[in-house]
Amino acid sequence: MDLFYPVQLFADFVTYNLFHLEKESMLGDSLHYFIYDTIKIFILLAVIIFFVSFLRSYISQEKMRRILTKRFTFVGNILAALFGIVTPFCSCSAIPLFIGFVESGVPLGVTFSYLIAAPMVNEVAVIMFWGLFGLPIALLYVVSGITIAVIVGFIMGKMHLEPLVEDYVWKIKAGEAQNSQKLTFKDRIQQAYAYDLDLLKKFYLYILLGVGIGALIHGLVPANALLSIAGKGNILAVPVAVLMGVPLYSNAAGTIPIVQSLIVKGLPMGTALAFMMSVTALSLPEMIILKKVLKPKLLGIYIAILTISIIFTGYLFNLVL
Amino acid sequence: MEIQVLGAGCQSCKRLYEITTEIVEELNLDTKVDYITDVSKIVEMGIMQSPVLAVNGKPAMVGFVPNKEKIKEAILKALG
Repeated sequence: MDLFYPVQLFADFVTYNLFHLEKESMLGDSLHYFIYDTIKIFILLAVIIFFVSFLRSYISQEKMRRILTKRFTFVGNILAALFGIVTPFCSCSAIPLFIGFVESGVPLGVTFSYLIAAPMVNEVAVIMFWGLFGLPIALLYVVSGITIAVIVGFIMGKMHLEPLVEDYVWKIKAGEAQNSQKLTFKDRIQQAYAYDLDLLKKFYLYILLGVGIGALIHGLVPANALLSIAGKGNILAVPVAVLMGVPLYSNAAGTIPIVQSLIVKGLPMGTALAFMMSVTALSLPEMIILKKVLKPKLLGIYIAILTISIIFTGYLFNLVL
Repeated sequence: MEIQVLGAGCQSCKRLYEITTEIVEELNLDTKVDYITDVSKIVEMGIMQSPVLAVNGKPAMVGFVPNKEKIKEAILKALG
């Protein structure tokens, strides 16, 4: 049974009984879409983020660093990418984490695998994909995100780019980790709850706006309207989509609903996935932060390899799906 | 007594700094909150997360918890 059947009934009731809108009418379609999708997304986000942040309180970055220091490349790249999914990541932690990793001997390429996977495969993006596109597409996004993180990190590791890390980074003496806070079960629950609430507060406007715009597109734009401009026939569509994603940082929550409605109108799935990867992983603020530890040339290499892999992934899925 | 908020200058660092300043005023503590954006200080403490709330040079709270009571608790506990 569909878990969200009651939400469906509620949306039916509001649209057709309360507002007396016609089924199959433009306005009725849009309103129904808006009510159903916002409620569904908020339920998914609230429940899953609570559990994710609770479980995540058991994984410390200290443990992660110890595990990654001992690994060889490739296995290390895979582990780092997987850690990227489960650990909390805010771009403000990118610098201390980067320095802490390379200082303690985690290979540079492995560090990059983490830095790519952590923002790209974040729980909000994955949940939004799940809610709006279904589980298979959400998994596809996760798997391709990890693959990109592993491959880009592996290639960069092979390039021996250590001299291109800012010199001061190597001079910092990483201190011994001091006693970390001991958390009780109740602490963890409370923290997860506070984190969940904070995240919903931060994103709810973007989600309402995103689903609102998506609902309008859903009702107003004729099906397949995009096929001629952004369809698979247009070779340039993928790189343009990737470029457009760069300034849209932190709006993944608002962007995914719009992208979903564009897919209904003929935007190919590969182009859409590449766009979302660019929104999450190629963010301008994060690049500015990374510039503090990477020399311009290394930042350039990082951006170039990551961009090429994302564009390649977009083409690949356009061919296969 | 020395209370510091260390961070890379991101949104949650600023919020932690604001909340900490409020708490220090509420508790009438005889100190100012320093806001330090030199990330190497965080690494030197052996921490890889941002922001960090430090009392007398020791980390009292790592990472941002959006809960004023928790932050107050952490400060009081660190002060002993």
